[in-house]
Amino acid sequence: MNAPQAEPPAILVEHLRVVRGGKEILPDLSLAVPRGSVVGLLGPSGAGKSTLMRAIVGAQIVAGGGVTVLGHDAGTAPLRDRVGYVTQAPSIYPDLTVRENVAYFAGLVGAPKDQVAHTINAVGLADQTDQLAGTLSGGQLTRASLAAALVGHPEVLILDEPTVGLDPALRNELWKLFRRFADQGTTLIVSSHVMDEAVRCDRLVFLRDGHVLADGTLEEILAQTGAADAEQAFLTLASKEGAA
Amino acid sequence: MNPRLTALTAKRILQQFRRDRRTIGLLMLVPMLLLTLLWWMFGDTPDPSTGQPLFDPLGAKIMGLFPMILMFIITSVSTLRERTSGTMERLMASPVRRGDVVMGYAVAFGLVAVVQGTLLVLYSVYVLQLDIQGSTPALVLIIVMDALLGTALGLAASSLARTEFQAVQMMPAVILPQLLIAGLFMPRDAMPRALELISNALPMSYSIDAINHLLAGDTGAIWAEVGILAAFIVGALLLGVLTLRRRTG
Repeated sequence: MNAPQAEPPAILVEHLRVVRGGKEILPDLSLAVPRGSVVGLLGPSGAGKSTLMRAIVGAQIVAGGGVTVLGHDAGTAPLRDRVGYVTQAPSIYPDLTVRENVAYFAGLVGAPKDQVAHTINAVGLADQTDQLAGTLSGGQLTRASLAAALVGHPEVLILDEPTVGLDPALRNELWKLFRRFADQGTTLIVSSHVMDEAVRCDRLVFLRDGHVLADGTLEEILAQTGAADAEQAFLTLASKEGAA
Repeated sequence: MNPRLTALTAKRILQQFRRDRRTIGLLMLVPMLLLTLLWWMFGDTPDPSTGQPLFDPLGAKIMGLFPMILMFIITSVSTLRERTSGTMERLMASPVRRGDVVMGYAVAFGLVAVVQGTLLVLYSVYVLQLDIQGSTPALVLIIVMDALLGTALGLAASSLARTEFQAVQMMPAVILPQLLIAGLFMPRDAMPRALELISNALPMSYSIDAINHLLAGDTGAIWAEVGILAAFIVGALLLGVLTLRRRTG
């Protein structure tokens, strides 16, 4: 939203088609994400959110179409230290401490050493720095996994349901953190099946059964549907589609 | 490959390994214990042809098998765990190259293999009084190479497994046929011709051939076999790299 119009979008998805296990998860999906924004990818479980995110980081075998990130094909070498990715299940090493985990991923992207402690503080795990990741609570594990992606200050951050199961205060802290990253120019795609997180995002993409129901700012979508909130808007769009 | 990323990955794997005291203990002690059982059975039984204890040829030939099996299991299960826990997906989206991951494992577990193989040979030679005609350092070299081979085969085989259950099943599939026809139970040239040809394609055969040279006191003759073993290790590592996928379904 703060990016000038002339700049190419951070992420460009064109006619993406993904088939998993014989089932068409994404039949034909197109999407453009402007730079420096927080985009909420909202939709029920099974809508294809994780598959789309995997395609954006280049981890997903695609059957057709393409994904371009920062002007490069998704998952190619020039992108690997510019795109951070946090999978839905926390993916760090349970038998390493929080510090060792974050330091390893920092090393891989060539982040400065002082960023390790800084990032651990930023996700609120200062007291758990030397604790084994396997002994963390679910919410702490999610944040440790997040820290491992944030530490390199990537230009694009793909976060798959990062706030699931966190207490509201903490969720608030994390959204503030995402906002700080966006203000520094990072493009974030944050998926969620909790519709009330919509108010935190600059733009929203509603996903259902592998296709885009709506794509725009919350205001635009509310105006378009005449709904009072994101959840209502989603229901209106979904039922309209069902009736058609 | 990038040496810095390989080294970082090897260091990370050793950090994880260091915490697992029970596995370290099992890795180091189990081969010694197994060899002790063999010594107990055959330490006083003379070989009818040479008059020497049967433990000498048997122990020397079987010794390399234990590190190979243990390292195979440890490597295949660890890499599979990376795949199932999502950390591999994360690594594949990072600047790490596939070769860095495979070499990271090879270097980390290779160092473990060196310690394990050295301890095992020293224990057999100085405590169990295993008597080979050839040099002890040469025996250490072959046993360590067996352990390295286990690591390399484990890396290659784990790509064929989707679950940890399957990964563990790879051990009997890959290692046990070698145990049977690598010349442990019957000299390879006394086997049916077809089996002999098959055994020519199996790395463990060359380990046993090399041990046979050492038993005959001919240390200088082992280098051809050492070279072949090294080629198998490199080949298995390459296979491990090629079968690692950045994109999955």
